[in-house]
Amino acid sequence: MSAGQKLLNWIDDRFPLTASWKAHLSEYYAPKNFNFWYFFGSLALLVLVLQIVTGIFLVMNYQPNAKLAFGSVQFIMRDVDWGWLIRYMHAIGASAFFVVVYLHMFRGLIYGSYRKPRELLWVLGVVIYVALMAESFMGYLLPWGQMSLWGAQVIINLFNSIPVIGPDIGLWIRGDYVVSGATLNRFFSFHVIAVPIVLLALVVAHIIALHEVGSNNPDGIEIKKHKDANGIPLDGIPFHPYYTVKDIVGVAVFLIIFSAFVFFWPSGGGILLEPDNFLPANPLVTPPEIHPLWYFTPFYAILRAIPPMFDSQFPGVVVMGASIVVLFFLPWLDRGAVKSIRYRGGLYKLFLAAFIISFLTLGYLGMQVVTPMNTLLSRIFTVPYFLFFVLMPWYTRVDKTKPEPERVTFKH
Amino acid sequence: MSHEIPIEEALGASFNAPTDPKRRKFLVAATAAVGGAGVAVAAVPFIMNMLPSAKALGAGAPVEVDISKLEPGMFVASEWRGQPIWVVNRTPTMLAMLQKNDGMLTDPNSEQNQQPAYCKNANRSIKPEYMVLIGICTHLGCSPTYRPNPVAPDIGGYWTGGWLCPCHGSRYDLAARVYQGSPAPLNMVVPPHFYLTDTRIKVGVDPKKGA
Repeated sequence: MSAGQKLLNWIDDRFPLTASWKAHLSEYYAPKNFNFWYFFGSLALLVLVLQIVTGIFLVMNYQPNAKLAFGSVQFIMRDVDWGWLIRYMHAIGASAFFVVVYLHMFRGLIYGSYRKPRELLWVLGVVIYVALMAESFMGYLLPWGQMSLWGAQVIINLFNSIPVIGPDIGLWIRGDYVVSGATLNRFFSFHVIAVPIVLLALVVAHIIALHEVGSNNPDGIEIKKHKDANGIPLDGIPFHPYYTVKDIVGVAVFLIIFSAFVFFWPSGGGILLEPDNFLPANPLVTPPEIHPLWYFTPFYAILRAIPPMFDSQFPGVVVMGASIVVLFFLPWLDRGAVKSIRYRGGLYKLFLAAFIISFLTLGYLGMQVVTPMNTLLSRIFTVPYFLFFVLMPWYTRVDKTKPEPERVTFKH
Repeated sequence: MSHEIPIEEALGASFNAPTDPKRRKFLVAATAAVGGAGVAVAAVPFIMNMLPSAKALGAGAPVEVDISKLEPGMFVASEWRGQPIWVVNRTPTMLAMLQKNDGMLTDPNSEQNQQPAYCKNANRSIKPEYMVLIGICTHLGCSPTYRPNPVAPDIGGYWTGGWLCPCHGSRYDLAARVYQGSPAPLNMVVPPHFYLTDTRIKVGVDPKKGA
């Protein structure tokens, strides 16, 4: 027996190293028919690692102090060796995170990956998404630019509209009457310690849940129904090396696109780095228009679409909250006979298309200045967004579906 | 002299006694309840820790404005939370002209939430004559200039007195309502305030809480 094998045996007697490797990689059987859409889970993991590593290095030079924060970011950009690269990677990484997560969620949507037995997997995923929103929102305050300050001010003020206890909650979140140094320090603490720990734990839980129930696939059928004599799914292949190698191709393409932004277009035309954030935070000067970063704008458009009722902005806040909370209920709203879009009928595709168009249009409208026309459009597009979910129990049931195949299919 | 004995012997009869499930259930519930109460109580200091510090509370405390020497038509400036607070003593003539502007204003009826509910009226004030406002233009935060004189050739014939922002020309009438066509989107903010006496105003706190 080789020395290496001896060492491995010694470890395996004390820690399930080989067993874990087998359970989660070399003997985790994933469906054979994964396609393009299956890149984004592993890419999300990659971006998480990138954000943690770049974040660790940013904290070495960043000053979480209202008087020093803005200057310390400029210091990182100009005077710290490679600081600009690490900071751009982190800032663009935040947007990249949401790009891959939205595509990952879309994949789950079209192939019915949230359906039984993967309800909890989906719910854990939505919790990750919400945690990611919190992480990004608090991180955006840290550069202490104008949009950092005023974006945070506007979003925290949403809590003020909660009846009775709202103003006290806002005060508690800020630790001051306005967004101030106290707010900056607590957001720094949450951004670098609390939320990342929660995120990592949730990601582990998400993967454990996935490996318990097994991956869905573009046909939306269970590969565990057909197993060979050894109990291995006939339509499954070991995740390693087949999908690890496939995912490396995805990583290469992702890094090309990501690097193009980091090196050549970090501002993303004012969408990834907003012009107002190149000015230091000033509580006495309000920027002409305040809007959150692009990945929040669909929800921001919904918020602005709902008119104040009973002299309160609260109904808008409730509807915006509902637009995210409704995602949790997706597994129980879908009553379709099939899971995958491949075997769904026209009615489902119509509602899905309306939903995607609404989401993208709302995202655009949320970045625009408020005009009566934009408000009207936001109201119009808020309707199909919610109808997709509210009418789902009906249209998925009456929809004319095609029969599912017994075994997974390929297109060559 | 100590010597080793088997654990069965040391524990005697209780080692082999049957488990009492009721007793065990009670002990589990009691431990969970006491432990849970302990966690809840221990959470209090952490939650309270996030409330504004004494320093933030001090800096944000309401301020008092003395208006006993405020002549009709004049204003007095003060400061609250780093922002200029103005109290204007409007004359009956000034008040009478407010309504004339309604058609030219962006938000004549104060629909936008720029004032406490008790100031959502024609004069945007508690007492008609005394206008209390935060003197910051809602466009880019400059401090507008007080222009009470209705004769203002540089502004226009419609002018009935108000504020003109020196930065980008936003115009407000004497109820701090913004004129249409100004870069500023909103009326100037009326802070929460109430009257301590006829000549003293407390700015920065609503009447209900402060009274």
